[in-house]
Amino acid sequence: MIKADISGPVDPTPTNWAGEAMQRRIRKRYGAERRFKLLGLSAVLLSVGFLAFLLISMLGNGLRGFTAAEVKLDVNWQQTGFTIDRAALAGPDAEAALRAADFEGAVRQAAILQYGEDGPDLFSGVARLRLRDAVGDDPSVLDRPLTIWLPASSALDQAVKTDGSEKAERAYETLRSQDAIRTGINWTFLTGSDATDPTAVGIWGAFKGSLLTMMVTLLLAFPIGVLSAVYLEEYAPRNRWTDMIEVSINNLAAVPSIIFGLLGLAIFLNFMHLPRSAPIVGGLTLALMTMPVIVIASRNAIKAVPPSIRDAALGVGASRIQVVFHHVLPLALPGILTGTIIGMARALGETAPLLMIGMRAFVASPPEGLTAPASALPVQIFLWSDEVERGFVEKTSAAIIVLLVFLLAMNAVAIYLRNKFEKRW
Amino acid sequence: MTDLMTPPEAEAAPAPAAAPAPKMTARGVNVFYGNKQAIDNVSIDVFREDVTAFIGPSGCGKSTFLRTLNRMNDTVATARVEGDIRLDGEDIYDRSMDVVQLRARVGMVFQKPNPFPKSIFENVAYGPRIHGLAENKAEMDTIVERSLKRAGLWDEVKDRLTDSGTALSGGQQQRLCIARAIAVDPEVILMDEPCSALDPIATAKIEELIHELRGRYAIVIVTHNMQQAARVSQRTAFFHLGSIVEYGDTSGIFTNPRETRTKDYITGRYG
Repeated sequence: MIKADISGPVDPTPTNWAGEAMQRRIRKRYGAERRFKLLGLSAVLLSVGFLAFLLISMLGNGLRGFTAAEVKLDVNWQQTGFTIDRAALAGPDAEAALRAADFEGAVRQAAILQYGEDGPDLFSGVARLRLRDAVGDDPSVLDRPLTIWLPASSALDQAVKTDGSEKAERAYETLRSQDAIRTGINWTFLTGSDATDPTAVGIWGAFKGSLLTMMVTLLLAFPIGVLSAVYLEEYAPRNRWTDMIEVSINNLAAVPSIIFGLLGLAIFLNFMHLPRSAPIVGGLTLALMTMPVIVIASRNAIKAVPPSIRDAALGVGASRIQVVFHHVLPLALPGILTGTIIGMARALGETAPLLMIGMRAFVASPPEGLTAPASALPVQIFLWSDEVERGFVEKTSAAIIVLLVFLLAMNAVAIYLRNKFEKRW
Repeated sequence: MTDLMTPPEAEAAPAPAAAPAPKMTARGVNVFYGNKQAIDNVSIDVFREDVTAFIGPSGCGKSTFLRTLNRMNDTVATARVEGDIRLDGEDIYDRSMDVVQLRARVGMVFQKPNPFPKSIFENVAYGPRIHGLAENKAEMDTIVERSLKRAGLWDEVKDRLTDSGTALSGGQQQRLCIARAIAVDPEVILMDEPCSALDPIATAKIEELIHELRGRYAIVIVTHNMQQAARVSQRTAFFHLGSIVEYGDTSGIFTNPRETRTKDYITGRYG
């Protein structure tokens, strides 16, 4: 029997709840609470401010990267002295005929005729390609003088968008008075690859490289990570070996990414002789880096599934694998997906390991497959930020915007999936 | 449905005089968690016709012992079971015994209602499905309906079988769990304090259900509530400190205990 003992020394004075000292203590307590709330709020405001600054400066610079200035050019084929094998254009050798023709000369002559000696400086190096495409699409344009909008040179482009050299600004003024310049969407940027001329660069190559790399990473890291987590949580005995594995995995998650790059270089390139700069090697390397994150998140998610659900399933005679696949994994999936998002987001933004395995090479066309040379978005940003020409500044910011949109899209898909699988119990 | 206010114990038959072969037998069972001995030399017979109640103070090992009867203790890495436990004369800890099948034959209802976060139908259909008890959809429907009817839940849920099992009230959830256990057609049903999380009305319904299931399934129930043990069971085992102090007819245990410890516990002197 329990007996409460309320004897013992009697309090000398009863507590004075309304006294001055007590009131002071109460005020102090509320004061501390207010100060803490204020501190928290200012921390949030500060971080929101940083984020807003980042976004505004990024958008301010980057959005210009998605547009390009174009200059009107009247091409009088006879006057430019342009020649092309018209007969071949209609046949299967059209491509060769187009390649053989001197479109560069045509643009130059037409520019000199229209805008004087400095005329050719107004046009980008890719202007000839645009003219060639126009002729290739419809050879009948060769029959009469052609008026076409061609991309402006980088210097003029800068003058149109912000401020350029004195010469370029003067040219811009003249062209504007003649209604011979306009700004349009820069399709080259959305469909092209890396180039040396900032008006000719595109992000598609790097985007596709990143896409392929992420695909390899996800296909490797997700199943291997989740299955490791299932094994460690549901099957592995608790002993020194599993403790060691657990510690190793936790440490792996914290290893600097460049070290994974060196590992990838040593194993996949030097030992296994996989192709350099290829998305498959990038994906393998990033998978190594992402896997520990997925394993840790999945283990926590699996741990959080209430044991009563396991008991219930075992109690009706489910085998362990049935318990795992019918009950535990579906309930842990939201948590697993959250971990995967974090891991994949980190992998997508990772530059250092990709530099180590050669994905910093200049790749002027989108990768054809997993083993073709490719670039990746963060590496492309790194490379462009290193360029001296002014035109690359806005391209760098534009590439960052593309990377962020990719990231947000990836997260949105994962969050959608997570909410879809989220269940209450 | 019988009047809830009439305790089922009113019609409870006394334990059969000439007992037939026991459904489950345990002889000299010891259970260890690591170095700690939780069960010490327990021997008991469980009969198909009876409801057997395990009573005793908290931590006396009655739940642990219950979980050895369908090898749920296998999932605890440190647990070790010694002794001989037989179901219809078959050693359930023998290598040849398939533990998955054993748990289907010896079903279990847990302390906290633990329906799967799936539909009511799926909750009941899960067991039959993994054991392949239904050839087609129609057979499955029959099994689910029969199980829910036996668990006394059919009338309440027949129009919302696709609703989540977790959306039911606590008492309904527990009856759903009983339906889930019944669905695989077990021979023994183990109930681990099935009413401890329920209100008195839900408890009365479960007790009534236990009463109705008696005879069809051997039922073993662990309970803290001595009135409940007296109401629903024909045999009672009093556990204390990991061993059985007294085992016999419920009426005998409650009216005329042989051991002073049993008497002290029943009269509320400790526990």
